[in-house]
Amino acid sequence: MSSIDHSASHVHRDDVGSRLGMWLFLFTELILFGGMFLVYSIYRFNYQQEFHLAAKELNTLFGALNTIILLTSSLTMALSITALQKNQKGLSIFLQSVTILFALAFMVNKFFEWSAKFHHGIFPGSETLLEKSNGEILFFGLYYIMTGLHGLHVIIGVVLIGVMTYFTSKNRITSDNYVRLESAGLYWHLVDIIWIFLFPLFYLIT
Amino acid sequence: MDNHSHSNNNHTPHYGIYIIVWLALLILTGVTVAVAGIDFGGLTIATALLIASIKSYLVLTIFMHLKNESKVFSLFVGVALLFLLVSFVLLFADYSFL
Repeated sequence: MSSIDHSASHVHRDDVGSRLGMWLFLFTELILFGGMFLVYSIYRFNYQQEFHLAAKELNTLFGALNTIILLTSSLTMALSITALQKNQKGLSIFLQSVTILFALAFMVNKFFEWSAKFHHGIFPGSETLLEKSNGEILFFGLYYIMTGLHGLHVIIGVVLIGVMTYFTSKNRITSDNYVRLESAGLYWHLVDIIWIFLFPLFYLIT
Repeated sequence: MDNHSHSNNNHTPHYGIYIIVWLALLILTGVTVAVAGIDFGGLTIATALLIASIKSYLVLTIFMHLKNESKVFSLFVGVALLFLLVSFVLLFADYSFL
Protein backbone atom coordinates (compact mmCIF):
# COMPACT_ATOMS: atom_id res chain seq x y z
CA MET A 1 0.00 0.00 0.00
CA SER A 2 1.04 3.52 -0.62
CA SER A 3 2.41 5.28 2.39
CA ILE A 4 1.32 8.66 1.05
CA ASP A 5 -1.87 9.29 2.93
CA HIS A 6 -3.60 12.42 1.84
CA SER A 7 -7.36 12.65 1.82
CA ALA A 8 -7.72 11.85 -1.86
CA SER A 9 -5.61 8.69 -1.84
CA HIS A 10 -8.60 6.37 -1.47
CA VAL A 11 -10.42 7.93 -4.41
CA HIS A 12 -10.24 5.65 -7.40
CA ARG A 13 -8.19 7.13 -10.18
CA ASP A 14 -7.23 5.59 -13.49
CA ASP A 15 -4.88 7.88 -15.36
CA VAL A 16 -4.07 5.39 -18.09
CA GLY A 17 -7.80 4.90 -18.68
CA SER A 18 -8.28 8.67 -18.80
CA ARG A 19 -5.57 9.10 -21.37
CA LEU A 20 -6.88 6.19 -23.44
CA GLY A 21 -10.31 7.85 -23.37
CA MET A 22 -8.75 11.05 -24.64
CA TRP A 23 -7.06 9.15 -27.45
CA LEU A 24 -10.40 7.60 -28.42
CA PHE A 25 -11.84 11.10 -28.67
CA LEU A 26 -8.87 12.15 -30.79
CA PHE A 27 -9.69 9.32 -33.21
CA THR A 28 -13.11 10.86 -33.81
CA GLU A 29 -11.29 14.10 -34.60
CA LEU A 30 -9.07 12.16 -36.97
CA ILE A 31 -12.14 10.86 -38.78
CA LEU A 32 -13.67 14.35 -38.88
CA PHE A 33 -10.61 15.89 -40.50
CA GLY A 34 -9.77 12.70 -42.36
CA GLY A 35 -13.07 12.94 -44.23
CA MET A 36 -12.15 16.44 -45.32
CA PHE A 37 -8.70 15.34 -46.41
CA LEU A 38 -10.41 12.62 -48.48
CA VAL A 39 -12.53 15.25 -50.22
CA TYR A 40 -9.46 17.42 -50.70
CA SER A 41 -7.43 14.60 -52.20
CA ILE A 42 -10.02 13.61 -54.74
CA TYR A 43 -10.70 17.18 -55.90
CA ARG A 44 -7.00 17.90 -56.09
CA PHE A 45 -6.64 14.76 -58.20
CA ASN A 46 -9.44 15.90 -60.52
CA TYR A 47 -8.49 19.59 -60.71
CA GLN A 48 -4.70 19.63 -60.48
CA GLN A 49 -4.07 22.74 -62.57
CA GLU A 50 -6.83 24.76 -60.91
CA PHE A 51 -5.57 23.85 -57.42
CA HIS A 52 -2.07 25.01 -58.34
CA LEU A 53 -3.43 28.25 -59.73
CA ALA A 54 -5.66 28.91 -56.72
CA ALA A 55 -2.90 28.12 -54.21
CA LYS A 56 -0.85 31.00 -55.66
CA GLU A 57 -3.32 33.34 -53.94
CA LEU A 58 -2.26 32.06 -50.52
CA ASN A 59 0.56 33.73 -48.65
CA THR A 60 3.26 31.14 -47.90
CA LEU A 61 4.88 33.49 -45.39
CA PHE A 62 1.70 33.66 -43.29
CA GLY A 63 1.40 29.87 -43.45
CA ALA A 64 5.03 29.27 -42.53
CA LEU A 65 4.88 31.77 -39.67
CA ASN A 66 1.76 30.10 -38.30
CA THR A 67 3.45 26.72 -38.60
CA ILE A 68 6.38 27.95 -36.50
CA ILE A 69 4.00 29.50 -33.96
CA LEU A 70 1.97 26.30 -33.60
CA LEU A 71 5.02 24.04 -33.37
CA THR A 72 6.48 26.26 -30.67
CA SER A 73 3.18 26.25 -28.79
CA SER A 74 3.28 22.46 -28.88
CA LEU A 75 6.75 22.63 -27.35
CA THR A 76 5.66 24.91 -24.50
CA MET A 77 2.65 22.66 -23.87
CA ALA A 78 4.86 19.56 -23.59
CA LEU A 79 7.33 21.44 -21.39
CA SER A 80 4.54 22.62 -19.07
CA ILE A 81 3.74 18.98 -18.26
CA THR A 82 7.40 18.20 -17.60
CA ALA A 83 7.61 21.27 -15.37
CA LEU A 84 4.68 20.01 -13.32
CA GLN A 85 6.20 16.53 -13.11
CA LYS A 86 9.29 18.21 -11.68
CA ASN A 87 7.04 20.02 -9.21
CA GLN A 88 7.75 23.43 -10.74
CA LYS A 89 4.24 24.81 -10.55
CA GLY A 90 5.11 28.43 -11.39
CA LEU A 91 7.08 27.43 -14.45
CA SER A 92 4.25 25.15 -15.59
CA ILE A 93 1.71 27.96 -15.30
CA PHE A 94 4.06 30.27 -17.20
CA LEU A 95 4.52 27.71 -19.99
CA GLN A 96 0.77 27.08 -20.22
CA SER A 97 0.19 30.82 -20.49
CA VAL A 98 2.82 31.09 -23.23
CA THR A 99 1.02 28.28 -25.08
CA ILE A 100 -2.21 30.28 -24.90
CA LEU A 101 -0.41 33.40 -26.16
CA PHE A 102 0.99 31.48 -29.13
CA ALA A 103 -2.47 30.12 -29.89
CA LEU A 104 -3.87 33.64 -29.85
CA ALA A 105 -1.02 34.84 -32.07
CA PHE A 106 -1.95 32.07 -34.49
CA MET A 107 -5.54 33.32 -34.58
CA VAL A 108 -4.48 36.96 -35.05
CA ASN A 109 -2.37 35.85 -38.00
CA LYS A 110 -5.31 33.89 -39.36
CA PHE A 111 -7.52 36.95 -38.96
CA PHE A 112 -5.19 39.10 -41.06
CA GLU A 113 -4.80 36.35 -43.62
CA TRP A 114 -8.55 35.87 -44.05
CA SER A 115 -9.15 39.63 -44.01
CA ALA A 116 -6.72 40.04 -46.91
CA LYS A 117 -8.57 37.33 -48.84
CA PHE A 118 -11.93 38.97 -48.12
CA HIS A 119 -10.46 42.29 -49.22
CA HIS A 120 -9.54 40.74 -52.56
CA GLY A 121 -13.10 39.49 -52.84
CA ILE A 122 -12.21 35.86 -52.28
CA PHE A 123 -14.70 34.35 -49.85
CA PRO A 124 -17.35 31.64 -50.24
CA GLY A 125 -20.08 32.77 -52.61
CA SER A 126 -18.36 36.02 -53.63
CA GLU A 127 -18.69 37.31 -57.19
CA THR A 128 -14.93 37.29 -57.75
CA LEU A 129 -14.72 33.70 -56.65
CA LEU A 130 -17.74 32.51 -58.63
CA GLU A 131 -16.17 33.87 -61.82
CA LYS A 132 -13.25 31.52 -61.35
CA SER A 133 -13.09 27.93 -62.57
CA ASN A 134 -14.77 25.07 -60.76
CA GLY A 135 -11.51 23.74 -59.36
CA GLU A 136 -10.52 27.08 -57.89
CA ILE A 137 -13.93 27.49 -56.24
CA LEU A 138 -13.52 24.04 -54.71
CA PHE A 139 -10.01 24.87 -53.54
CA PHE A 140 -11.14 27.98 -51.70
CA GLY A 141 -14.20 26.23 -50.33
CA LEU A 142 -11.94 23.56 -48.84
CA TYR A 143 -9.45 26.18 -47.71
CA TYR A 144 -12.09 28.06 -45.73
CA ILE A 145 -13.81 25.03 -44.25
CA MET A 146 -10.62 23.18 -43.29
CA THR A 147 -8.58 26.08 -41.93
CA GLY A 148 -11.81 27.41 -40.38
CA LEU A 149 -12.56 24.18 -38.55
CA HIS A 150 -8.92 24.00 -37.53
CA GLY A 151 -9.13 27.59 -36.25
CA LEU A 152 -12.21 26.64 -34.24
CA HIS A 153 -10.14 23.87 -32.66
CA VAL A 154 -7.43 26.38 -31.80
CA ILE A 155 -10.02 28.58 -30.05
CA ILE A 156 -11.36 25.57 -28.13
CA GLY A 157 -7.74 24.74 -27.23
CA VAL A 158 -7.25 28.25 -25.82
CA VAL A 159 -10.29 27.83 -23.56
CA LEU A 160 -9.24 24.30 -22.57
CA ILE A 161 -5.66 25.23 -21.70
CA GLY A 162 -6.96 28.34 -19.93
CA VAL A 163 -9.08 26.13 -17.66
CA MET A 164 -6.05 23.91 -17.00
CA THR A 165 -3.96 26.95 -16.08
CA TYR A 166 -6.68 27.98 -13.64
CA PHE A 167 -6.80 24.45 -12.19
CA THR A 168 -3.02 24.40 -11.84
CA SER A 169 -3.01 27.73 -10.01
CA LYS A 170 -5.75 26.44 -7.67
CA ASN A 171 -3.84 23.18 -7.04
CA ARG A 172 -6.55 21.09 -8.63
CA ILE A 173 -3.88 19.94 -11.04
CA THR A 174 -0.75 19.03 -9.12
CA SER A 175 2.56 17.27 -9.61
CA ASP A 176 0.98 13.94 -8.72
CA ASN A 177 -2.38 14.47 -10.36
CA TYR A 178 -1.98 16.08 -13.76
CA VAL A 179 -3.80 13.76 -16.15
CA ARG A 180 -6.18 16.56 -17.17
CA LEU A 181 -3.27 18.71 -18.23
CA GLU A 182 -1.89 15.75 -20.18
CA SER A 183 -5.21 15.26 -21.96
CA ALA A 184 -5.40 18.94 -22.85
CA GLY A 185 -1.86 18.55 -24.16
CA LEU A 186 -2.86 15.56 -26.30
CA TYR A 187 -5.67 17.63 -27.81
CA TRP A 188 -3.32 20.51 -28.48
CA HIS A 189 -0.76 18.30 -30.20
CA LEU A 190 -3.47 16.83 -32.42
CA VAL A 191 -4.41 20.37 -33.51
CA ASP A 192 -0.72 20.81 -34.32
CA ILE A 193 -0.57 17.60 -36.36
CA ILE A 194 -3.59 18.64 -38.42
CA TRP A 195 -1.86 21.91 -39.24
CA ILE A 196 1.31 20.01 -40.17
CA PHE A 197 -0.73 18.51 -43.02
CA LEU A 198 -2.85 21.55 -43.86
CA PHE A 199 0.20 23.75 -44.37
CA PRO A 200 1.91 21.91 -47.25
CA LEU A 201 -1.40 20.84 -48.83
CA PHE A 202 -2.77 24.38 -49.13
CA TYR A 203 0.18 26.77 -49.05
CA LEU A 204 2.93 24.87 -50.79
CA ILE A 205 1.44 23.59 -54.04
CA THR A 206 2.38 26.41 -56.38
CA MET B 1 -1.51 -2.99 -4.87
CA ASP B 2 -2.00 -0.41 -7.49
CA ASN B 3 -4.51 2.18 -6.47
CA HIS B 4 -2.27 5.15 -7.01
CA SER B 5 -1.50 4.83 -10.68
CA HIS B 6 0.91 7.62 -11.37
CA SER B 7 0.41 9.54 -14.52
CA ASN B 8 3.45 8.50 -16.45
CA ASN B 9 5.39 5.33 -16.44
CA ASN B 10 8.63 5.20 -14.58
CA HIS B 11 10.69 7.60 -16.59
CA THR B 12 12.29 10.73 -15.33
CA PRO B 13 11.01 13.83 -17.08
CA HIS B 14 13.51 15.87 -19.10
CA TYR B 15 13.18 19.12 -20.99
CA GLY B 16 15.99 18.40 -23.46
CA ILE B 17 14.24 15.84 -25.66
CA TYR B 18 11.35 18.22 -26.34
CA ILE B 19 13.69 21.02 -27.39
CA ILE B 20 15.50 18.64 -29.75
CA VAL B 21 12.23 17.47 -31.29
CA TRP B 22 11.06 21.07 -31.63
CA LEU B 23 14.28 21.97 -33.48
CA ALA B 24 13.84 18.94 -35.73
CA LEU B 25 10.25 20.02 -36.48
CA LEU B 26 11.41 23.53 -37.39
CA ILE B 27 14.16 22.16 -39.65
CA LEU B 28 11.67 19.85 -41.37
CA THR B 29 9.32 22.81 -41.88
CA GLY B 30 12.21 24.66 -43.52
CA VAL B 31 12.93 21.65 -45.71
CA THR B 32 9.30 21.29 -46.79
CA VAL B 33 9.15 25.00 -47.75
CA ALA B 34 12.49 24.78 -49.56
CA VAL B 35 11.63 21.70 -51.62
CA ALA B 36 8.16 23.01 -52.47
CA GLY B 37 9.77 25.31 -55.03
CA ILE B 38 11.44 22.40 -56.81
CA ASP B 39 9.36 20.42 -59.27
CA PHE B 40 9.75 16.68 -58.74
CA GLY B 41 6.75 16.00 -60.97
CA GLY B 42 4.52 13.39 -59.38
CA LEU B 43 6.85 13.10 -56.42
CA THR B 44 6.29 16.67 -55.24
CA ILE B 45 3.19 15.83 -53.20
CA ALA B 46 4.76 12.56 -52.04
CA THR B 47 7.73 14.51 -50.68
CA ALA B 48 5.46 16.97 -48.86
CA LEU B 49 3.41 14.14 -47.36
CA LEU B 50 6.51 12.20 -46.37
CA ILE B 51 7.93 15.19 -44.47
CA ALA B 52 4.53 15.87 -42.84
CA SER B 53 4.38 12.21 -41.78
CA ILE B 54 7.85 12.35 -40.21
CA LYS B 55 6.83 15.48 -38.32
CA SER B 56 3.61 13.83 -37.14
CA TYR B 57 5.56 10.76 -36.03
CA LEU B 58 7.81 12.96 -33.87
CA VAL B 59 4.81 14.75 -32.35
CA LEU B 60 2.99 11.46 -31.68
CA THR B 61 5.91 9.61 -30.13
CA ILE B 62 7.59 12.38 -28.14
CA PHE B 63 5.15 15.25 -27.53
CA MET B 64 2.17 12.93 -27.11
CA HIS B 65 4.24 10.41 -25.13
CA LEU B 66 3.29 7.37 -27.20
CA LYS B 67 6.85 6.16 -26.72
CA ASN B 68 6.29 5.93 -22.95
CA GLU B 69 2.76 4.59 -23.02
CA SER B 70 1.86 0.92 -23.03
CA LYS B 71 1.81 -0.74 -26.45
CA VAL B 72 -2.02 -0.71 -26.40
CA PHE B 73 -1.94 3.01 -27.20
CA SER B 74 0.27 2.54 -30.25
CA LEU B 75 -1.92 -0.35 -31.37
CA PHE B 76 -5.04 1.84 -31.14
CA VAL B 77 -3.38 4.65 -33.08
CA GLY B 78 -2.19 2.16 -35.65
CA VAL B 79 -5.70 0.79 -36.16
CA ALA B 80 -7.14 4.31 -36.48
CA LEU B 81 -4.53 5.27 -39.06
CA LEU B 82 -5.03 2.00 -40.90
CA PHE B 83 -8.75 2.79 -41.15
CA LEU B 84 -7.93 6.17 -42.66
CA LEU B 85 -5.46 4.58 -45.06
CA VAL B 86 -8.05 2.01 -46.19
CA SER B 87 -10.50 4.86 -46.85
CA PHE B 88 -7.95 6.59 -49.07
CA VAL B 89 -7.02 3.42 -50.91
CA LEU B 90 -10.65 2.50 -51.59
CA LEU B 91 -11.46 6.05 -52.69
CA PHE B 92 -8.62 6.14 -55.16
CA ALA B 93 -9.36 2.61 -56.31
CA ASP B 94 -12.73 4.04 -57.31
CA TYR B 95 -11.50 7.22 -58.94
CA SER B 96 -8.16 6.71 -60.56
CA PHE B 97 -8.35 3.28 -62.10
CA LEU B 98 -11.63 3.61 -63.94
